[in-house]
Amino acid sequence: MNSLQISAATEVTAESIKDTGLLNMIIFGLFVAVTLVVVLRASRNNKTAADYYAAGRSFTGPQNGTAIAGDYLSAASFLGIVGAIAVNGYDGFLYSIGFLVAWLVALLLVAEMLRNTGKFTMADVLSFRLKQRPVRIAAAITTLAVCFFYLLAQMAGAGGLVSLLMGIDGKVGQSLVITVVGALMIIYVLIGGMKGTTWVQIIKAVLLIAGAAVMTVWVLALHGFNLSELLGAAVETTGNPAILDPGLQYGKSETSKLDFVSLGLALVLGTAALPHVLMRFYTVPTAKEARRSVVWAIWLIGIFYLFTLVLGYGAAALIGSDAIKGAPGGVNSAAPLLAFALGGPVLLGLISAVAFATILAVVAGLTITAAASFAHDIYANVIRKDQVDADGEVKVARTTVVVIGIISILGGIGAQGQNVAFLVALAFAVAASANLPTIIYSLYWRKFTTQGAVWSMYGGLGSAIVLIAFSPVVSGLETSMIAGADFSWFPLNNPGIVSIPLAFFLGWLGTVLDKNTESAVKQAEMEVRSLTGVGAEKAVDH
Amino acid sequence: MAEEQPVSHAAHQEQVDFREVQSSPEFQELRKRQRSFIFPMAVVFLVWYFAYVLLADYAHDFMSTPVIGNINVGLILGLLQFVSTFGITMAYVSYANRRMDPIAADLRRDLEAHGVSRPEETK
Repeated sequence: MNSLQISAATEVTAESIKDTGLLNMIIFGLFVAVTLVVVLRASRNNKTAADYYAAGRSFTGPQNGTAIAGDYLSAASFLGIVGAIAVNGYDGFLYSIGFLVAWLVALLLVAEMLRNTGKFTMADVLSFRLKQRPVRIAAAITTLAVCFFYLLAQMAGAGGLVSLLMGIDGKVGQSLVITVVGALMIIYVLIGGMKGTTWVQIIKAVLLIAGAAVMTVWVLALHGFNLSELLGAAVETTGNPAILDPGLQYGKSETSKLDFVSLGLALVLGTAALPHVLMRFYTVPTAKEARRSVVWAIWLIGIFYLFTLVLGYGAAALIGSDAIKGAPGGVNSAAPLLAFALGGPVLLGLISAVAFATILAVVAGLTITAAASFAHDIYANVIRKDQVDADGEVKVARTTVVVIGIISILGGIGAQGQNVAFLVALAFAVAASANLPTIIYSLYWRKFTTQGAVWSMYGGLGSAIVLIAFSPVVSGLETSMIAGADFSWFPLNNPGIVSIPLAFFLGWLGTVLDKNTESAVKQAEMEVRSLTGVGAEKAVDH
Repeated sequence: MAEEQPVSHAAHQEQVDFREVQSSPEFQELRKRQRSFIFPMAVVFLVWYFAYVLLADYAHDFMSTPVIGNINVGLILGLLQFVSTFGITMAYVSYANRRMDPIAADLRRDLEAHGVSRPEETK
């Protein structure tokens, strides 16, 4: 970053951060060592497919809820939202609200019924009473697509983050870091399966939330535990009273306002359709534990986002938005800079290691989801037509882990410097468009048919990707991925406002135009199972 | 951590008529109780969320009105979104524990007495 607005003070801060690179690496190394031991211990009982994909359904609600929070609070959530609030003020806060309210969709409409109906993957539920092959293939493709975009975002973020935190500059250094992250993740998932991955998520979530809590109390203490005083200090440092009001980022034009509605729609409807979140519901023994998981996740995530509000305005007050924008890593550097301003190199080292661990853990969660979807849905059910035993399926899943790991390393290297937030928002938009309508219809609409499911999933996926491809994100602006060309005709950055209603509409249209009807017996079975949890739980319920 | 659950094959699966269970008064009552809570509640929180998003997007002056010190209407409404999310969560858990779980447990016990197991184990 060569912004002309860098003040002398910031340069000192950015330089001092690089001097702490060694300390950061030591702390991060400790995290890797501890989690590897935990993964090794956890993996000793990995025998069956249920062990590998669903951790033997042995986690409790609170444990799984913490792991869900670990999965959900990615680096984009932590660094991204703190930075967005520090720079764009209130508009950054709006993100966190969408991310939180979305959990009510998961709690009320999806989590328990999904837990009761499926086995390992989202496709298990969607294909339950519809035709196996077409629905499974479509669900596996949308799962892989969402995981891929999310993975790219995390891997690209890892490179940029590390350049800031560990003082590793240049494309080669960052590529090396991405390779190390990818290799570590492959090891975790290969050895630990879902059980190891879950423990990594739990450790990381506890560290992240505890770290954010310490910084929050610290920032508040510096401002007399008075939120109004903190906001006042933020206005004073940045010299911009507008950071307390909405509109700084999205209020620029009518198009940007509409874009925000579109983003809000994708955020609130995307969460309950993220495959790696859905898969977590299978790691608990009962629907009641699935419910408790979501409740724990909602509390942890909600409290964490309240912390980010304080941290974002704290960064604005103690460092200033121009200084943050000018630092290496730009907006994403707000939280690390704040940690340095508060607690010097040690707190910076801790927060950096936690942020890095965050990326590692989220990548591991995504990889096992993608691998399970490929091995269970495409290989076992579609290619081998269920003529494969669980051992063979898990073997394929492990191979898939390595393949996905290598693809995401290469993709992460290729996506360096891309806008991470865009990739995450794309993953949410694709999930909300391709998955959510079919999930809702198949759980709640008796007449829903295979044709409706297939139209909705491919229509949602296709329209979301096409609209992104022809949006200003990809071409037409200086900040676009392909800055030199302009083939954008869709004005919004986020496709949700078009693709989500379209996918709901196609699901309905495909169903009413379908000449075939689905088995009423299967529908009855699915409905009874989804509400009662019969057979899906351990025989003795207390 | 709990032991791995034993995989049991259900030989009597075909004796259970799920359509009969589905049309039984107990099941219909369970279904009604679930839907009469989750659908209205989903409408409420989605309307409240989008009302907030639209206000933040199009009513800048209103949202920027100061209330206490530097705290404005927008911040208070935003924090109320957190409050309502936590509130709906607790309300649902309490409702599900009291009104849904007992019926579901009864039905499950009956069905499992007839040998119904996980769907994938009966294929």
